[in-house]
Amino acid sequence: MDIKIQIRQLSVSYNGTPALRSITLDIYKNCITGFMGPAGSGKSTLITLINRMIDFEEGVRYDGEIRIDGINVLDPAVDVVALRRRIGMVFAVPLPLPRSIFDNIAYGPRLKGITNMTDLYAIVEDSLKKAFLFDEVKDRLMTSAMKLSGGQQQRLCLARTLALQPDIILLDEPCSGLDPISTAKIEEALSELKKDYTIILVSNNTKQIARTSDYAAFFYMGELIEFGETPRIFTNPSQKKTEDYIQGKFG
Amino acid sequence: MRLPPRFVNTLVALLLDLVALGTVGILVVIVCVIVVKGIAYIDLNFLFTYPEDMGRHGGVFPSLIGTIFLVALSICFATPLGLGTAIYLTEYTKETMMTKTIRFGVESLAGIPSILYGLFGFIFFVIKLKMGWSLISGALTLTIMILPTIIRTSEEAIKAVPRSLRIVSHSLGATLWETTLKVVLPCAAPGILTGIMLSIGRAVGETAAVIFTMGSSLRLPTSLFDSGRTLAVHFYILAREGISMEKAYATALVLVVSILAVNILAYYIMHKVIAKYS
Repeated sequence: MDIKIQIRQLSVSYNGTPALRSITLDIYKNCITGFMGPAGSGKSTLITLINRMIDFEEGVRYDGEIRIDGINVLDPAVDVVALRRRIGMVFAVPLPLPRSIFDNIAYGPRLKGITNMTDLYAIVEDSLKKAFLFDEVKDRLMTSAMKLSGGQQQRLCLARTLALQPDIILLDEPCSGLDPISTAKIEEALSELKKDYTIILVSNNTKQIARTSDYAAFFYMGELIEFGETPRIFTNPSQKKTEDYIQGKFG
Repeated sequence: MRLPPRFVNTLVALLLDLVALGTVGILVVIVCVIVVKGIAYIDLNFLFTYPEDMGRHGGVFPSLIGTIFLVALSICFATPLGLGTAIYLTEYTKETMMTKTIRFGVESLAGIPSILYGLFGFIFFVIKLKMGWSLISGALTLTIMILPTIIRTSEEAIKAVPRSLRIVSHSLGATLWETTLKVVLPCAAPGILTGIMLSIGRAVGETAAVIFTMGSSLRLPTSLFDSGRTLAVHFYILAREGISMEKAYATALVLVVSILAVNILAYYIMHKVIAKYS
């Protein structure tokens, strides 16, 4: 299995308070890696470093390396705009832009300079199909994205991310506000997508990690407690903390 | 003694109804007086003929054109400047001593009486820059006068755009400018437009600063360096000098109706924008 992202001795602090302590971790290509842990464990911080969205936070200091295909993305000289076009991100809350479904998905491609409507339509259709949303919205692509249900909006956000044709997709608790049926649809889409993408799924829901991920990492208080293949983590964890968390003894 | 809550509730609702009614009432009375006193003297001739005998007879054509040019020019100067400042203050800098100073300056400018802008415009544009009493002197003076309104309202409108939308735009690989142009400004457009409308209202109704800088010539201004008279100035002179109260009311009516027309047009555009971005 190829390694896509290498995280080495990564430490992060917010205004002097440590959020991550010396994390070393490999993310494998074409797999879903699940990050789990209680609130404040640092799992969301870690994914916002991968596409450097952390730059929008105040008072952050980080140290260490995150290498994507060998290139350290924490290097200040990295072109963050180009980086973010390669790495899609879906947030905890569905965040459609206030415009039509079509324009939402075409937003990224248009930024890349694609203006031909035939090309754009092809990208929009393809992205919506991959996010399992096309059949529900194909007759109303020009209507406002704000009129979709929460679950549909979140799949729209996934489709919008796919339209960038990224190689990595980061999902920050994408199902936290969704009902079980919408959650199942997202999970189904993710299992299909891992053939072409490297996916990191942050979730509070250990069952979701168990169902969907190939590898799982357990974070606690800014430390990586355990990492391994998901079946092994869930059946035979080597750390007491991991076992307690999975069994719901704390969280 | 404590009044029963339900009674207090009804009483407050009633009082608020009266307050709202009173406000609208005042507005209606003013407009009615102007309409009643002015309508008899208005026809197409009034709009499209030149005034005669200092405005005692004839129409207001040069003043109508002068008003449109003056206001359009000031808005054209002030909008890019004001909007640019607002974008700079909200999107492109962090809160520093510098931004605080700019904001303080803007707020102070907003509180200055318009006659002082007129005096400044007279000394600086008319005399110092040798522009004379002219459309351009008037427009530049009004630009400075309405700038604070445009900056403040645009800033508030831009600040009201949720941060999450900016974050999403950045996560999709947009630069700061692309995010500002494609996400922030369309969302803030209704608020920005409101600021521009308020500014138009201020510029249309201004007299003191205009007399100081554009003069009050009754000729039709045909170049930027021509003097001219706006409807508001014309109204002021007709009434103040006792030339013709009938013509004064007719002029006022033209003024009120044109402001109303601009407002309706602006709301129409605003709804188009909102329909596109919602």
